[in-house]
Amino acid sequence: MTTFLGMPTASPTTHLRTSESFPQAARSGLANSQQRHNLRAATTTIRAKRADVVAELDDWEELRAAGAAIKDHTLAQLPHYLELFEAAVIANGGTVHWARDGDEANEIVTRLVRATGETEVVKVKSMATEEIGLNEALTAAGITATETDLAELIVQLGDDRPSHILVPAIHRNRSEIRDIFLGNMQDVDPALTNDPEVLAGAARVHLRRKFLSAKVAISGANFGVADTGTLCVVESEGNGRMCLTLPRTLITVMGIEKLVPTWRDLEVYLQLLPRSSTGERMNPYTSMWTGATEGQDFHVVLLDNGRTATLADPRGRSALRCIRCSACLNVCPVYERAGGHAYGSVYPGPIGAVLSPQLTGVKDNPSLPFASSLCGACYDVCPVAIDIPTMLVHLREEVVLSKRTQHRLPTAESASMSAAAWTMTSRRRWTAALRAMSLGRSVTRLPALPPPLSAWVRSRDLPQPPRESLRDWWVREGSTDSAADTAADPDAGTSDARGPR
Amino acid sequence: MRLALFATCLVDGLFPDVGKATVAVLRRLGQEVEFPLEQTCCGQMHVNTGYGREAYPLVRRYVDTFEPYDAVVTPSGSCAGAIRHQHLELARQFGDEALLRRVESIAQRTYELSEFLVDVLGVTDVGASYPHRVTYHPTCHSLRVLRVGDRPLQLLRAVDGLDLVELPDADTCCGFGGTFALKNSQTSTAMLADKIRAIQSTDAQMCVAGDASCLMHIGGGMSRLSIGTETVHLAQILASTKDAR
Ligand code: SF4
Repeated sequence: MTTFLGMPTASPTTHLRTSESFPQAARSGLANSQQRHNLRAATTTIRAKRADVVAELDDWEELRAAGAAIKDHTLAQLPHYLELFEAAVIANGGTVHWARDGDEANEIVTRLVRATGETEVVKVKSMATEEIGLNEALTAAGITATETDLAELIVQLGDDRPSHILVPAIHRNRSEIRDIFLGNMQDVDPALTNDPEVLAGAARVHLRRKFLSAKVAISGANFGVADTGTLCVVESEGNGRMCLTLPRTLITVMGIEKLVPTWRDLEVYLQLLPRSSTGERMNPYTSMWTGATEGQDFHVVLLDNGRTATLADPRGRSALRCIRCSACLNVCPVYERAGGHAYGSVYPGPIGAVLSPQLTGVKDNPSLPFASSLCGACYDVCPVAIDIPTMLVHLREEVVLSKRTQHRLPTAESASMSAAAWTMTSRRRWTAALRAMSLGRSVTRLPALPPPLSAWVRSRDLPQPPRESLRDWWVREGSTDSAADTAADPDAGTSDARGPR
Repeated sequence: MRLALFATCLVDGLFPDVGKATVAVLRRLGQEVEFPLEQTCCGQMHVNTGYGREAYPLVRRYVDTFEPYDAVVTPSGSCAGAIRHQHLELARQFGDEALLRRVESIAQRTYELSEFLVDVLGVTDVGASYPHRVTYHPTCHSLRVLRVGDRPLQLLRAVDGLDLVELPDADTCCGFGGTFALKNSQTSTAMLADKIRAIQSTDAQMCVAGDASCLMHIGGGMSRLSIGTETVHLAQILASTKDAR
């Protein structure tokens, strides 16, 4: 791996991990009532919009299957399609660069910008550049990058981190945004109100200046078409289009999984993506460019950064189908409460919980696969049918395995899991264990319980173990046809109802 | 039809009344039901916590125990889901072709209670009587893994005297999620709080579901808050009759 002067070398250039675990990081999100309120309102609205526009298409399930199949096909022959794409870009007058990781990609982009002699660049919102921490790398090299997506600009000016794939500032409300603009935007009207139109107007004035002066733009790509070398950016504000047409040098950083084989395949995704992400039938601006026009310089940086490793895992590779629509975030009950920052990665929510640990390796993100109740809502909405719950379970297994190899001695958890399995693989041991539990009925009344029960009783009562297990009842009298009345009647007056009686 | 009850480890050990109620309903409908004592646990807790290797012998055990039966009924959407999906996954993962075929066969014959009643026995009115105001929480695994759909509601609507009120945001997870409730206790609690609020808004006396695990979580939370609403398993409502009162 190469490094270069001016680059911070202490931490890897990926924004895919933090030192905090999910449960730790979730605490502040859970306690932030303003954020919880903002998130709930925003996700509830978008969920309903999505459901409506998806219901309009009677072939949604077929589209979804097609979306999954095209990606799977492309991923299965990725080297072939990447070469095809490279050849097409070169034939169109562009230059292709290959980056193994974030450091390399940042180095390439910085070199390209330096070569233009410019120190200012404008950016289209891009998850890939977010992932590699490009802005920080550019700043370190004396280059100022301005985000032109409104939400991204809010995050940038607020010296904040994005918390949603599509709406990076979803955790902020209008008055917070006003304060951020007043504090950090040049030449802003001091009488700025928190009216959305006024705020958008201020951002527009700010951005116009940048667009008109910038000679270099950096974009991501939603799709790359292998056989034509076309790049495609899908957005809502039109700022992307300004970036893509005005500057003289255009640098696109694209994950290698973004390819589709042919132009025709876009038909599928341009239906799936806007409906899933913004709940619109079509997004307002779709920009496609195939090569450069006169006097323009055009580069594509193809980013690996853990994608090949992900591809190598047959049980995890379907995460690379993801088209970053964020539908899974909007339906996730964990995301809605803990907030995007809890995931410690630019990819939050359900997809983040599987993608981040795959890109970094599970050792670096061991708590993320557990940051889900496995309710499955994410799988149901995913437009490319990524079975996120099954993948989470797979990655949990990887985490357990990696801990096993790290620690020679079993952890408390693995010891209790082994013990439970040992007990449960024998009728004699299992029966004995249930009897012991009945005998220890009073244990649930103890003032302090050991972990993990302590975590349970912080907010929930424990059920009182019954006097007799079902199997003991069965042996005693259940096998005869005299099953007792077992109905639960709230009027019957049993006061010990904790859970089903 | 040789019919077996798979009680699940949780019902066997903590909520035997749910098992007894399941037996009672089946018997009332003329079924002879057996409780093979070799049964223990479907292994879901292990799989979902990342211990597939530990769950593997439990999958074998399930197959060995229930293979002789024509059908297996379980009062748990979650465990039925684990048997139909995770058991197959595990057999595949361990490359055990012979076991995979056996798992496929028994998984097809394993039913969650409402599925068995509606699909196999073709009954929606089981002759139950339960004169209370009740709201139904469709647990995630019943809803999204098994796709039980409105079968539990069909059964509940046929219960004499039962006043079924709709639960707002019914399909949102209650926050249980097995070891999620321990590992991410605070997030789990935040989800639970919203679920309880929704249940309270219905003014129901009881919250009913087809999974003892989720009910343990919801019931444990409601008990802690002393809000005066209780939980009841679907089997218990279906087992309740006029004569019994
Ligand atoms: S995983 Fe699926 S739902 Fe989530 S962002 Fe990716 S494509 Fe969208």
